[in-house]
Amino acid sequence: MNKKQKKVLIRILVSAALMVILTLLPLDGYLRLGLFLIPYLIIGYDILKKALKGIKNKQVFDENFLMAVATVGAILLGEYTEGVAVMLFYQIGEWFQSYAVGKSRRNISDLMDIRPDYANVEREGRLEKVDPDEVEIGTVIVVQPGEKIPIDGVIVEGKATLNTSALTGESLPREANVGDEVISGCINMTGVLKIQTIREFGESTVSKILDLVENSSSKKSRSENFISKFARYYTPAVCYGALALAVLPPLVRLFILQMPAQWGSWIYRSLTFLVISCPCALVISIPLSFFAGIGGASNAGVLVKGSNYLETLSKTKYVVFDKTGTLTKGIFEVSGVHHNKVEEAKILEYAALAESFSNHPISRSLKNAYGRPVDQSRVTDVEEISGNGVIAKVDGETVAAGNDKLMKRLGISFMECHHAGTVVHIAVNGEYAGHILISDEVKEHSKEAIQALKKAGIKQTVMLTGDARKAAVQVAEKIGVDQVYSELLPADKVAKVEELLERKGEKEKLAFVGDGINDAPVLSRADIGVAMGALGSDAAIEAADIVLMDDDPLKMVKAIKIAKKCLRIVYENIYFAIGIKVICLILGAVGIANMWLAIFADVGVMVIAVLNAIRALFVKNL
Amino acid sequence: MKKTYKIDVDCANCANKMEQAAKKTAGVKDATVNFMALKMIVEFEEGQEPKAVMQEVLKNCKIVEDDCEIFF
Repeated sequence: MNKKQKKVLIRILVSAALMVILTLLPLDGYLRLGLFLIPYLIIGYDILKKALKGIKNKQVFDENFLMAVATVGAILLGEYTEGVAVMLFYQIGEWFQSYAVGKSRRNISDLMDIRPDYANVEREGRLEKVDPDEVEIGTVIVVQPGEKIPIDGVIVEGKATLNTSALTGESLPREANVGDEVISGCINMTGVLKIQTIREFGESTVSKILDLVENSSSKKSRSENFISKFARYYTPAVCYGALALAVLPPLVRLFILQMPAQWGSWIYRSLTFLVISCPCALVISIPLSFFAGIGGASNAGVLVKGSNYLETLSKTKYVVFDKTGTLTKGIFEVSGVHHNKVEEAKILEYAALAESFSNHPISRSLKNAYGRPVDQSRVTDVEEISGNGVIAKVDGETVAAGNDKLMKRLGISFMECHHAGTVVHIAVNGEYAGHILISDEVKEHSKEAIQALKKAGIKQTVMLTGDARKAAVQVAEKIGVDQVYSELLPADKVAKVEELLERKGEKEKLAFVGDGINDAPVLSRADIGVAMGALGSDAAIEAADIVLMDDDPLKMVKAIKIAKKCLRIVYENIYFAIGIKVICLILGAVGIANMWLAIFADVGVMVIAVLNAIRALFVKNL
Repeated sequence: MKKTYKIDVDCANCANKMEQAAKKTAGVKDATVNFMALKMIVEFEEGQEPKAVMQEVLKNCKIVEDDCEIFF
C-alpha cells in the first residue's frame, strides 16, 4: 500500500464507522443532517472537488459528476444514509482498483527491475562502482554473486550459474564459462566473473529491452477505443436520461393523468438510475485487462508492443514461419554417419583432423562432433581443393574428405545420401569409408509447437524458406506444417505473405514468425510480426510487433494463448458490466431497484470486473 | 526530440486520458503514456523548449484528470 492508498483507507474506515453509529442514533432534523455531513465530507470531499473542477474545465460528464449529483440529490431528499453509502462504496471500489493495480504492477515489475545501477570496474587493485553508461567497450568489469550483469560481454575469468529468468521467462539457470558471451540483465548466482565488455551500455541487451517495454502501449486496441468512445457518449446520455426520468413522469402525472406528481419518488428513482449507470466498471477494467495481459506476457518472456497487437494475435488463424533459426536451430550439426566401413568415431576423427585447418561452418561442425581438442601435428600435407574438399595425411594415412565432386575426381565410387543436408564423403587410402551428413537440426519443440498451434485453433501453418525443395519438404514433414514454400529469396517471402494475406478471410489474421535475420520486411508486412530470440537483433525488435525473448517455438503458442485469454476476459467484462447495468437500469426506472441495489450495480460490478481483469496477469499455466 | 518522464496516476483509463491531453498540447508531436511503467514519452516538435511545453502538458492533464502528476 502506498501513502495515498493508506490515507483513503483511513477515510473509508472512519466514515464507515461514523455512518453506522449515526444510523443507530435516534436523531432528527438539522442535527441529523449536520452530523451525517461529517462522514459524507470526509469520504467525498475530493470527488466533489473534482466534479466542480470538471464543470469549470468544461469536462462535465464524468464519474465524479455522476457520483456528486447522485449523493447530493439523495441528501437533499433526506436519504442521508444512502447518500453517504453511495460515496463510501464508490471510494471503496476506487481504492480496491488502485490496490489491485499496484499489486499487479509489482507482480510484473521483475522485468522493470533488470536495469543495473552500477558496474564494478577494477582500478588500482580496488573495485569501484561506476555508472554503466561510462564503461567503454573492452573494459573488464567484475560481477559478484547476486549481482546483475550490467553490460553485454565475454567472460575472461571465472565461471558461474546465471539466472536469465528476468530476460527470457526461462527458470532453468544457465552455466557460463570462460569464453562464453553473456548478456546483460542476467543475474550471477554463484561465482565471481570477470567480463570484458563488447558493447556500450546503451547498446546492451538490457537497454534495448527496457526501451522496448517502456515504449510499448502506444497503440490502443479496438476494444479500448470502443470503451473510451462509448464513455464519451454514454455518460452524457445517462445524465440526460436521469434528468428526463426525474422530470417527465411527474409532469405527465400532474397534467395528463391529473394525479399527484410524487416528485420525491421519481427523483429518487432517477438518482438510483445515475448511480447504476456509472461506467467505471468498463472504463477501468478494459484497459486494466490489457495492462495485466501485456504484463503477464512480458513476465513469460513475450514482449507485446501495444494492446492492439494482443487483440490481433488473439484473432490469428494463419501462422507463417521462417525456417532457418525459427523452426530449425540455424546451426549446422552432424546428424548422422552412414555406410561407414570403419567405426563412426574413427570417421569423425579423420574428418575433423583433415578439415582442421579450415574455418568453414562445415569443418567447425565436424570438430564439434569429434568433441575432443584437435591435435594438428598429426596432420600433414594438407591440400585444399576449392569447391570439392580436402586431402590430407592423418597419422600417415591419406584421407580425402569432400563432396561428390571430390570422390569423382579421385575415381572413388561412393554411396549417395537419401537425406537432406550437406554430405561429406570420406575416403581413406583411396578406399571409400562412408559419409557424414551435416544438417541444420530441427528445434526440440518445433513439432510440439505446431501441434499445439493446431489445438489452439490455428487453421493453417506455413513454412517459408530459401532452402532447396528436398531439405524443406523433409523438415516440413518432420514437424507437420501444412504448407511449405521453398527456394524463396527474401523478396519472394514478402510476395508469398502478401499472397496468403489476400487469400484469407477479412477477420482472420496472419502472423509471421521469424528470427529477424533478413526478414524485417516480412515482419512488418504481416498482420502481426513476431520476432523470435531477438536478443541482439535491432532490426527485428524495430520491425516486429511482438518479440519472443528466447527462441523456443513453443513461446509462440504461449503468446497466442495469452492473447486469447486476455481478450476473453475483456469481452466477459464488457458483456457482464453492460448486461448487469441494463438489467438494473430497467429495474431502477420502474422503481423496483433501490439505492442499495444501485450501489451493487456500480461498485460490485466494478470490483468483480477488476478481479476478472487481474486474471489476465496469470499466464504461467497456459 | 524524445524525452521520457515519470508520472503518477491511479487508473489505466486516467492514463489514457492524460495521453490524449498531452497529444493535443501545442509543441507536442506525439505522446505515449505507459501505465505499466508509469512513464510518459513525449516527442517534441522541432525547436520547442521541453520544459515550457511540459508545463502546458501538465496543465492540460490536470484538466482531464485532477489526480495526476508528471515529474520533470
